[in-house]
Amino acid sequence: MADLIVDDVSMTFALPNGSRIEALKNVSLDIRKGELVSVLGPSGCGKTTLLNILAGFLAPTGGRVILGDAEVSGPDRARGMVFQQGALFEWMSVARNVGFGPRMAGRKRAEIDRLVEGLLDSVGLRGFGDKAIYELSGGMQQRVALARCLANDPEVILMDEPLGALDALTREKMQGLVLKLWKETGKTIVLITHSVEEALLLGARLIVMAPRPGRIHAEYRLPFAERGAGEDLRALKRLPEFAARREEILSMIWEMEEEIMGRAEAAP
Amino acid sequence: MTLFLIYAALLVAIWALTAFLTRQIARRDGLTARKTVTFGDESAIRSSRVASVASVVVIFLIWGAFTGSAWTPIHAPVDWQMRPIWLPPPEAVWHRLLDIADRGFRNFTLWEHLAISIWRVFAGFFFGALIGIPLGFAMGLNSFLRGWFDPIVEFMRPVPPLALIPLVIIWYGIDEKAKIILLFLAALWIMAIAARSGVAGVKLSKVHAAYSLGASKWQLLRHVIMPNALPDIFTGARVAMGVCWGTVVAAELVAAEKGAGFTIMVASRFMQTDIVLMGIILIGIIGYSIDMAMRTLERWLVPWKGRG
Repeated sequence: MADLIVDDVSMTFALPNGSRIEALKNVSLDIRKGELVSVLGPSGCGKTTLLNILAGFLAPTGGRVILGDAEVSGPDRARGMVFQQGALFEWMSVARNVGFGPRMAGRKRAEIDRLVEGLLDSVGLRGFGDKAIYELSGGMQQRVALARCLANDPEVILMDEPLGALDALTREKMQGLVLKLWKETGKTIVLITHSVEEALLLGARLIVMAPRPGRIHAEYRLPFAERGAGEDLRALKRLPEFAARREEILSMIWEMEEEIMGRAEAAP
Repeated sequence: MTLFLIYAALLVAIWALTAFLTRQIARRDGLTARKTVTFGDESAIRSSRVASVASVVVIFLIWGAFTGSAWTPIHAPVDWQMRPIWLPPPEAVWHRLLDIADRGFRNFTLWEHLAISIWRVFAGFFFGALIGIPLGFAMGLNSFLRGWFDPIVEFMRPVPPLALIPLVIIWYGIDEKAKIILLFLAALWIMAIAARSGVAGVKLSKVHAAYSLGASKWQLLRHVIMPNALPDIFTGARVAMGVCWGTVVAAELVAAEKGAGFTIMVASRFMQTDIVLMGIILIGIIGYSIDMAMRTLERWLVPWKGRG
């Protein structure tokens, strides 16, 4: 495994109506291997653009992304993705979804079967291998998505609001699962979210981004993820230092939102 | 007009009767039974089986009553009855069916007439799908090819296949090849458009996920885009089969030596109304059976349809 280096990345593009958008401006970030990084920010701050660049789905207009000793130039198996929902293949069973990556790589069937079984076990889906995707609840589908990503043994896992579509209870359970998998596998994880609480909990390092142009606004190192793997998540969220951080970041994002609103009012 | 009023009266009467009876024996344990709002709630509407059976019975009753059929107990006054040359009674059609099934019609057995029509439909559809599906995929996956084929497909789509019959006859005559080419043209555009919309319907996150899992372009096509397009292709295939069936009958009306459409066309020239009716009923039954078969195949092959 290797470090993921974002080196002075900018992304500007023209809209069909002629106006130019600065989605990202001079973003630099060193993500050490095994780090759990959450990215937070108001809508339009470029966090999804950043993730798409890290994955290799978009080529930045300036700067570069380096993983290990190679520059990222397109999607590949080194950086696995977990999407919000609907990225599973409905025409395959749960087990075939999880085994997709190894199958594409042409690995042996017995080997894949063993791997899939172990992964289903660790995401809490033992015995669900033969089920169809549409028979599972939203939370279980995200468990499949996590297992499918891990099956490829990627160096970095990129998550685009993976728990955004889940109800509050399921979401909390899944937060616990993400922390557990992070601890067990030691993978580098970059996670985008719009929930402040989730960003605090699932970020050993928390990046707050600001919009127009999209840039890094603040950065925190937090103890909660480290402790969350062992402790009860609910107890963790009740801690005074957790609440204080939440308030601090919430008011930071509020200020940004108000600034955007103010600018929008001043413009005409 | 009188006929229409009688039909409407029977509909209302049977409706009232079943409504009364079902209220007496209604099962009151389902959730639907507890719904207070059913007018406008489509999920609370079931196709009433009693009504369907009654509907078919009523049509036969009216048919029999106005043709002096031996099968129906009541008859319309003699002045109102149709002469067999306009509308024969149901039993005449039935006996004619048995007769033709036994002795054949115009040098071919009944089964040969029906089988050749069905064979033409399947052959035309097969070639239409064979060319149309890859064409739709190409249009869904490449900007140049989409631009190239768009004007052709969009122009040919609204042209009714029947309008091509004269041209096909001029070019290819009236033999088997001509009919299969006509049906090929009927199915081609429908299948191309269905395949194109199937490709367009793939969620970007599925494509991104597959590439991030290490899939090559070919693997993406084979394992993601093709299965993802299958439900749309099936919908297109059902439409295409329906259109092909209608087109083959029409083409046989114009020019053929055998076939379902040929049978009714020849019979109408000799005012054999019973054969015409028999042919229409058989054409309806076969068209319906083809659609049911496609639906069954669809449930079996694409069980994930609509559940993404």
